[in-house]
Amino acid sequence: MDYYDVVFSGFGGQGILLAGDVLAHAAMLESKHVTWMPSYGVEMRGGAASCTVVISSERIGSPFAEAPCCLFCMSKPSLFKYQDKVKEGGLLIVNTSFVEASLVTRKDVTKICLPASEIAHQQVGEHKMANMVMLGMLINACKVVGMEKTEAAMEEIFSGSKKKTLPRMIRAVRCGYEWQPTADNGPIEGTLP
Amino acid sequence: MMRGSIALAEGAITAGCRYYFGYPITPQNEISEHLSALLPEVGGVFMQAESEIASINMLLGAAAVGARAMTSSSGPGISLMQEGLSYMAGSELPALIVNITRLGPGLGGIAACQGDYWQATRGGGHGDYRIIVLAPNSVQEMYSLTIKAFHLADKFRNPAMILADAILGQMKEPVTLSPPEVEIPAKPWALTGAKGRNPQLIKSLFLADGEMEKHIRHMHEKYRRLEETEVLVETDLEEQMDLLLVSFGSCSRMVASAVALARSRGFRVGLVRPITLFPFPADTVRQVSRLAGKVLTVEMNTGQMWDDVRLSVYPGCQCRLLARPGGSIPTPYQILEEIEKFIKAGDSLAKSVR
Repeated sequence: MDYYDVVFSGFGGQGILLAGDVLAHAAMLESKHVTWMPSYGVEMRGGAASCTVVISSERIGSPFAEAPCCLFCMSKPSLFKYQDKVKEGGLLIVNTSFVEASLVTRKDVTKICLPASEIAHQQVGEHKMANMVMLGMLINACKVVGMEKTEAAMEEIFSGSKKKTLPRMIRAVRCGYEWQPTADNGPIEGTLP
Repeated sequence: MMRGSIALAEGAITAGCRYYFGYPITPQNEISEHLSALLPEVGGVFMQAESEIASINMLLGAAAVGARAMTSSSGPGISLMQEGLSYMAGSELPALIVNITRLGPGLGGIAACQGDYWQATRGGGHGDYRIIVLAPNSVQEMYSLTIKAFHLADKFRNPAMILADAILGQMKEPVTLSPPEVEIPAKPWALTGAKGRNPQLIKSLFLADGEMEKHIRHMHEKYRRLEETEVLVETDLEEQMDLLLVSFGSCSRMVASAVALARSRGFRVGLVRPITLFPFPADTVRQVSRLAGKVLTVEMNTGQMWDDVRLSVYPGCQCRLLARPGGSIPTPYQILEEIEKFIKAGDSLAKSVR
């Protein structure tokens, strides 16, 4: 059985739930079983936000992840909360625009530290699309869904009034997908607005 | 992909429900929000009432004139509705009531919990009655069981309830939608104006000698028929079993994961998931428990369905309970631990609340 679970975590307003939604939707288009389980505070922005996406070749029982295969992390509190839960040999993707890479202490996982907000700002002109840059990196690293279905999923999700953001959203995902981590994993040049 | 609450609202529209009355309460507001957009589009009525008490009485009115109608709420709101629900059951009025539960008594938190099992399956309000209770465990079932609930309500002239929680309301899963229904069964008893026919009366109290007993026995006969013909249950069994698990709703998802884990470790276990909580699948539990000998009930409360399980098991079966009340969710590994312990130790009737 193929089984892959991801915890997306960060602050409310960063697009954490949306990033999970795109992955879940893409997995559905790949004909996988999938669940998307959100968890967030009462605040629209600034509170803790997370969601768990489970992707499987078979019917899914629990939609929660006790030891996720992958952590998608965009805030310090969520790194502290979930870092130790990641499965041994799992994957940890951290946005170093918000979280210093030195705080990632796990030695037994694959770490990808990327300054997603800076990348989004420089490449797409919108630092808020860091979630999509991170998602692109995740899709490349975990190999559970393909880029083609991811784009198809985004076309379905960003329809109607959201359609005008679609081209830039897709560009942000592609930037993350193609991004080559630098040796020191530090921020790339350029500053946030 | 859609949320459980949205799937439920879509199911109501598919089933031909055209009237919604409700008052906001978390964690079920997505149902009202979605229906407030959908109902006007199909010529229906969305009414935000001034209270839950008003909602249930508006629902009673809509049901009395023969409409397919529903309300939705959560724990405290459902408690406020119990008087109206009792009137509807006594007056034999079909409608759907959705309870996306809260946890604990009183105000209640918004996390997932199954503490409203007794209230739902024992009627909930005053008097000698039952309501039909369906417990989905997936977003697909939030959709399909909503349609089913309207069918059963109309068929038996009885209120029906969907009992779910925040996990099922908030979770997104892929859903297959079915074509909308246009035909709603004829309701010759409905109050549609007495033009061209004799006046009709719908009431819950009958004062003539022996009339009330007759009425209650008639209702009871209906519940018996429900038990004989409308039980829904999902089973995942093996030919040889050392242990049977019983679990419903969202909790059964964690149990299904535990069953897979247990089997991968060589334990022979089966799972019975009641889909209708009333009528309860007593026959299935009795037959399967006879094969397994040991029955472990897993619930997100202090043990409510456990009552029905113990009433149903084959005489002599050993029963244990794994209960997580107050918004805690049993993890598959915790359930696995309990499975292992029970199979290996095999002590007598003992309650284990963790």
